Amino acid sequence: MRRIRSSVGAAALLSLGACNRHQSALSVFGEEAATVRHLTIVMLIGAVIIAAGVAGLMIAAVRAPEGRLTLSGGMRMVGWLGGVLPVVVLLALLLYSLPSMRPLPVGANDLRIAVQGEQFWWRVRYQPPGSPPLLTANEIRIPVGRTVQFDLTAGDVIHSFWIPGLAGKMDMIPGRTNRLVVRATKVGVFRGVCTEFCGLSHALMAFDVVAMEPAAFDAWLANERRPAAPAAGTAPGAQAFAANGCAGCHAIAGTPAAGLIGPDLTHIGSRASLGAGTTRMTREALVRFIKDAPSVKPGARMPAYPQLSREDAQAIAAYLESLK
Amino acid sequence: MKRGFHGMVARLKVTLWSLIVPPTVWAVHFLFSYLWAAIHCAKVGGFPRLPILYAVGTVAALAIILAAGIVAHLQSRVPGDPAPHEESTDSDRIRFLAFSTVLLAALSFVGVVFTAAPVLFLTDCR
Ligand code: HEC
Ligand SMILES: [Cu+2]
Repeated sequence: MRRIRSSVGAAALLSLGACNRHQSALSVFGEEAATVRHLTIVMLIGAVIIAAGVAGLMIAAVRAPEGRLTLSGGMRMVGWLGGVLPVVVLLALLLYSLPSMRPLPVGANDLRIAVQGEQFWWRVRYQPPGSPPLLTANEIRIPVGRTVQFDLTAGDVIHSFWIPGLAGKMDMIPGRTNRLVVRATKVGVFRGVCTEFCGLSHALMAFDVVAMEPAAFDAWLANERRPAAPAAGTAPGAQAFAANGCAGCHAIAGTPAAGLIGPDLTHIGSRASLGAGTTRMTREALVRFIKDAPSVKPGARMPAYPQLSREDAQAIAAYLESLK
Repeated sequence: MKRGFHGMVARLKVTLWSLIVPPTVWAVHFLFSYLWAAIHCAKVGGFPRLPILYAVGTVAALAIILAAGIVAHLQSRVPGDPAPHEESTDSDRIRFLAFSTVLLAALSFVGVVFTAAPVLFLTDCR
């Protein structure tokens, strides 16, 4: 009884995985992921049928009276069921699954997004056809129904780019550009992760993915091109930001801050998460991150600021929050 | 000496060397597949629409494997020699080698088909 209860518990626990709506290959919002999920279900059903058949045959074999099968009859059965049948089933599965390996076609007029993996964040550059590129970080927005090509590379070590609900994984390799073509099918907020161990905070290297209606996406992109800072430039936080050398690593368009070592902060106030998907974007989380990033993300390439007063950190956080 | 096809088969005695023909052809075809795709993508600049060279190579590989299998199959049957075949006689040894070759040929044939199948569906070097 106890064993039954614990296995039911384990099964229930496993099925909880299906409750994850924003980072799951089962919670699909893109064409490639839909194909993969379909294939998974077909193979699962097939595997269950085959396993049941093998189990049934085994029971029959154990129960059958001795001498039920002649030697040559047995050999023939092994030949058909153990040789020919698996070959036919595997060949059928291969031919059935191969078309899903075909990449989506992509044209010169499709949006390209260059993403570069860094320890432990994502440098994102939108390259819409016919307009200048736009730099952001740690969040990716895509228009539903349009083909988008990701140009994936890495700045330091090998990372891997995976948005489970959208498409398969693709490695990000320094000095090489891998292409991944996707098409989103559903509006929503999802999540992507790094899936190649890349250092201490590998597990804290994620990003939000926002799939938007094309018109909303175009409006967002246009707004993203405007610096968020104009009025905020005189805020006390802006001065503390400049005084503490943050601009050496971070860029905020419309201000003198133009560092390229860390993530672009131009519109950080409009991001839902902080530190590449590490925590929610709140004032408190910002203060903690600014004062001691390596305690939030071990090994982060941003120094701690123990000498920074709490007031200054608060002011910088308020300033960054206002950059929408 | 017997004449014709069967005579020729009887003279082609299976050995350990002929046993490894099918898997070797499979291995060479596997290497050929990689080289062919890599050279096309890197040097010719794209995935070929009509992979004629690849089709020729694949058909040749399948033909060699098939021929090895047929020869071995014919040699594995010695009329008028009832089972069991487990003595250390020449005839039992050849029967064993021949039957092993048949099984290896079947496996290699399937292996080559599985290796070649993706080419029918790929359209792109990505
Ligand atoms: C030596 C370069 C460097 C300096 C100086 C630096 N940072 Fe950073 N910063 C980084 C890096 C690298 C990251 C990415 C860390 C990670 O997520 O792994 C980062 C991340 C951040 C983030 C999170 C960004 C996001 O997209 O979630 C904020 C906010 C931030 N820094 C603010 C500051 C402030 C404020 C200062 C000045 C007090 C500062 N940084 C100084 C390198 C630097
Ligand atoms: Cu990584």
